[in-house]
Amino acid sequence: MSKRTIEVELSTSGLDAQGRAQRVPLVTNDGGTAVAIEPPPALEPDIEGEHMLINIGPQHPATHGVLRLVLELDGETVVRCIPHIGYLHCGFEKIGEYRQYNQIICWTDREDYLNSIGNNVTFALGAERLFGIEITERCKVLRVIACELSRIMSHLVWLGTFCIDIGAFTPFLWAFQRREEIYRLIEKWVGARLTTSATRVGGMAADVPSGWMDGLRQFIRTFPHTMDEIDRVLTKNAIWVGRTVGLGVMTPEEAINYGLSGPMLRASGVDYDVRKDFPYLDYETYDFDVPVGTNGDVYDRYLVRFEEMRQSVRILQQAADRLPDGPVNIDDPRIILPPKSKATSEMESMIHHFKVVMEGPRPPIGESYVANESPKGEKGSYMVSDGTAKPVRWRIRPPSFVNLAAIPKMVEGHLLSDVIAINASIDIVMGEIDR
Amino acid sequence: MTRFEVVRTGASASGGQPATQKNIPHRGAEANPSAKALQEKFRTAVTRVEVIWGETVAYIDPTAVHEAIRWLHDDPSQRYDFLSDVTAVEYRDAGVPIEVVWHLRSLPYRRFLRIKSQLEKGAPLEIDSVYDIYRAADWLERECYDMFGIRFTGHPDLRRLLMWESYKEGYPLRKDFPLRGRFSRSEQLRQALAQNPEARYSMEELTIADAFAELPQDMRERLNTGERTGE
Amino acid sequence: MGLTSSAEHRTVSYAPESQEGWVATRLDFLVNWGRANSLWPMPFGTACCAIEFMATAASDFDLARFGMERMSYSPRQADVLICAGRVPFKLAPIIRRIWEQMPQPKWCISMGACASTGGMFDNYAVVQGIDTIIPVDVYVPGCPPRPEGLIYGIRMLQEKVKNERMSDGRTRDEIEPDPSSQLYIPPSVIDELGEPFGNSVNQTRSGL
Repeated sequence: MSKRTIEVELSTSGLDAQGRAQRVPLVTNDGGTAVAIEPPPALEPDIEGEHMLINIGPQHPATHGVLRLVLELDGETVVRCIPHIGYLHCGFEKIGEYRQYNQIICWTDREDYLNSIGNNVTFALGAERLFGIEITERCKVLRVIACELSRIMSHLVWLGTFCIDIGAFTPFLWAFQRREEIYRLIEKWVGARLTTSATRVGGMAADVPSGWMDGLRQFIRTFPHTMDEIDRVLTKNAIWVGRTVGLGVMTPEEAINYGLSGPMLRASGVDYDVRKDFPYLDYETYDFDVPVGTNGDVYDRYLVRFEEMRQSVRILQQAADRLPDGPVNIDDPRIILPPKSKATSEMESMIHHFKVVMEGPRPPIGESYVANESPKGEKGSYMVSDGTAKPVRWRIRPPSFVNLAAIPKMVEGHLLSDVIAINASIDIVMGEIDR
Repeated sequence: MTRFEVVRTGASASGGQPATQKNIPHRGAEANPSAKALQEKFRTAVTRVEVIWGETVAYIDPTAVHEAIRWLHDDPSQRYDFLSDVTAVEYRDAGVPIEVVWHLRSLPYRRFLRIKSQLEKGAPLEIDSVYDIYRAADWLERECYDMFGIRFTGHPDLRRLLMWESYKEGYPLRKDFPLRGRFSRSEQLRQALAQNPEARYSMEELTIADAFAELPQDMRERLNTGERTGE
Repeated sequence: MGLTSSAEHRTVSYAPESQEGWVATRLDFLVNWGRANSLWPMPFGTACCAIEFMATAASDFDLARFGMERMSYSPRQADVLICAGRVPFKLAPIIRRIWEQMPQPKWCISMGACASTGGMFDNYAVVQGIDTIIPVDVYVPGCPPRPEGLIYGIRMLQEKVKNERMSDGRTRDEIEPDPSSQLYIPPSVIDELGEPFGNSVNQTRSGL
C-alpha cells in the first residue's frame, strides 16, 4: 500500500499521474526557484495507515494568539510540526525609524502586551544607555517595582490561559481577579491599565501618587493567599500532573543551542537569569532566588513560573521598603520635559519643553543593547543612532520568537492534546513574536 | 525520567558577583577579552574592534565570519554558546554598507560580544548562515531575509517568515521601502485577500509523507512500535 | 432638492398594508430580545484588546450578565464577531473567511482603534480598519478600550439588534465581494479610508 498524505485543500494538485504526492518546486517571490529537489526514491510501505496533515489556527482558542501550526499526524501522534507566524506582523521596527525615542515608548507597550510596563522599562534602559545618562535612585526603584508587577501580571495571564488549555477554568478567574487589582494600582500611577507608556527617556511619565505605596503593600500582603489557593488546586492534582509531566522535554544543551531563555531555559536546568548574570537597575542588591527546574518538561515550567511569582513578591517587598525620596526624572532639560509648573512660568523651561516635544532629544552617534529579564525571557532593544532624534534601527530581541522556534523539536512524538499543553507552556505572545 | 544536572551560568567566570554597570563612557571602556583573542586568531579578517557604551563590537569580513563564530563557539577559552540575536542594520546614508549583526553570549564566562559584518549594497546580499552552529539562528535568519533580503547560504529553509510567501512589495526594513508600502491600500488589500493561505502549503509540508523515509531510523522505529513519550 | 415644501418631507406615509400587525411586532420584540440577550461572541482576539476582552469576560466586569459568557471559537455557532486587536494584511483573508463562515444573523463589533481604523499602525503591514474587509456594526474606540467601553459598545449593539424588523428583508443579506478582487467596497473608498487624516501627519512630526 502506498502512503498518501490527506490534504485538506490544495491549489496546485501536487499529485503525479498515479495520484501520489510529488515534490513541487517552491517558487520565490522574485521568480527564482529556491531549492531543486529530485523525485523521491521508491518507498516500501513500512507503516500501516496514512499520515494526516491538519491545521491548527491561526484563529484558534488554544494557540494564544494568531499562530498557525501544521501538524503531520500518525493517528494521534505528531510526526512533524511546522509553525507559521507573521499573522500579527505590524511593522514595529519600521515605524521606530520614523518616531522619536519618547514616541517609541508608546509602541513598546503593544509588542508584548502582557508585560507592557516591563517593555517600557526595557526600552528606556536601552535609550538611556544610548544617551549616556544615569537615572535617579528613586526612578530605579520605581522601575524595579514596575518590572516585578508586570512579571506577576504576565505570569497570571499565562497561568490562567494555561489552565484553560488543560481544562481547568477556575484558576483563570482567580488570576484575572488579582490582575484587576494590579490594573487599579497601575491606573492610579500612570493612568492606563494595560498600555501604560510609563517611562520616558531619563525618568518616568509620572511619580507615584501619595497613598500608592499603601495600595502596593496591601497587594503584597494579599497576593500570596491567592497563590496558595491555586497551588492547592493544581500542583499535586493528579490530572494536572498527569497531563504535564514528561512533555516537551528539552535538555540543557539543546535549550542553550536553540537560544531559549527565561523560564523555558531555567526549567531545563540552566540558571541563566539576566537579572543575576548581566544585572541592571541594581538587581544585585535585592535578595531573591531564581528557581531552576531539573526535568525540562511542562510541569517544571509551571513550577518555575509559579515560584517566580513568589520571588517577585519578595522583590516588591524589598523595593517598597527602600523607595528613596527625591526626584524621579533626571535634571537635564535637553532630554526630559521640565515640570509643568516651571514650563508655564519660566521662559527657558518653556523653550526646553518645546524643543523636547517638537524635535525630541538627540543621542550621540552609537548603538546600545540592554537586555532585561522579561517574563518570557531575555528581552532587549537594540538601537542604533546616527545623532538624529529618530533611531536608524530599532530592533526588539523577542524572547517568545526564539522560544517558539523550538516547538517542532518539543512536540515530536507527542499526542495531539499534548501539543496544546506544550504550546501553552512556552508562554508566547504573538505581539512580540511578529512585531 | 532523567533529571538534568543544573548548568550554572558563570561557572568559568572570574570576578565574583556581577553588578549593574554605571557611568559607562561613550567610547574607550574596557574591551571584552574575546575581541583580543579574535584579533590574534584571525588577524586581517577582523577589520575593526570598537567599544561603544561598554559593549565590544568586532567587525569581521563576510567571508571569514562563519569560521570566526565557529571558533568562538567551540574554543574552550571562549565558549560563546548562546546566540542571542541575528539582525541587520541599514543606515540612512546610501553609501554606507548594510551591516549584519550577531549578538553572542558566553554563559560560562558571562560575556557579551557583538559581531558585525558589512555587505556592500551594489552586490547581492549574501552571507554564511550560522544554523549549523546555533539552532537559534533558524528563525532569526529567516526574519532577516524577510525584512532585508539578505540570503544566508547554508540555511536549510530560507523562506519568508513574517510576510506571506508571495509578498510582492519587497523587503520592508530597507530604507528605500516607504513606510506605507509601495502599493496603494486597496492594492495591498487585494493582494492580501488573494493569498489564499490554506491552499498553499509550503514545499516542506507537501513532501512530508514522502519524507517519512528520511526521518532518523530510531525515530521511525519508535513511531512504528507505537511508543509514546511521557508516561 | 429645489424649492419643495419642507412640509412634504415631514409627511409620514401611512399605507395600511405596510403597517405591521400586532403579532408581527410582538414576534419581532421576542426574537430580538432573545437575540440581543444571548449574543454568543466569537472573539477574534489578536492583540492587547484581546486581553481587555478577557478581563471584561472575567469576574470583575463579567460578560455573563449579558448572556455572552459562552465564547464560541467556532464561527459556525457564533452571533457576533468581536475583532479585538490589530489585523495585519496577512490575517485579512482569515478574518474574511471567518466572517463568511458565520451564519446569519451575525453582527460585528470592531473593538479598539486598530480594528476600527488601523490605529497607531499606519504602515505597510496593517489593514486600515477591518471595515474594508467585513461589514462592521459597532466601533468601540480606545487603545485598548476599558471594559466599561466595550460593554457600552455591546449595549449599543443590543439596541441595534432590538431595532431590527423582520419585515425589512435586507437586514440579513450577505454582502458579496467582487469575485475578481475580493473587495466588497470600491478601491477608491478603501484608499480614502486608509489615508492619514486631518493633521495627523504633522502631529507625528516625521512628515510621514
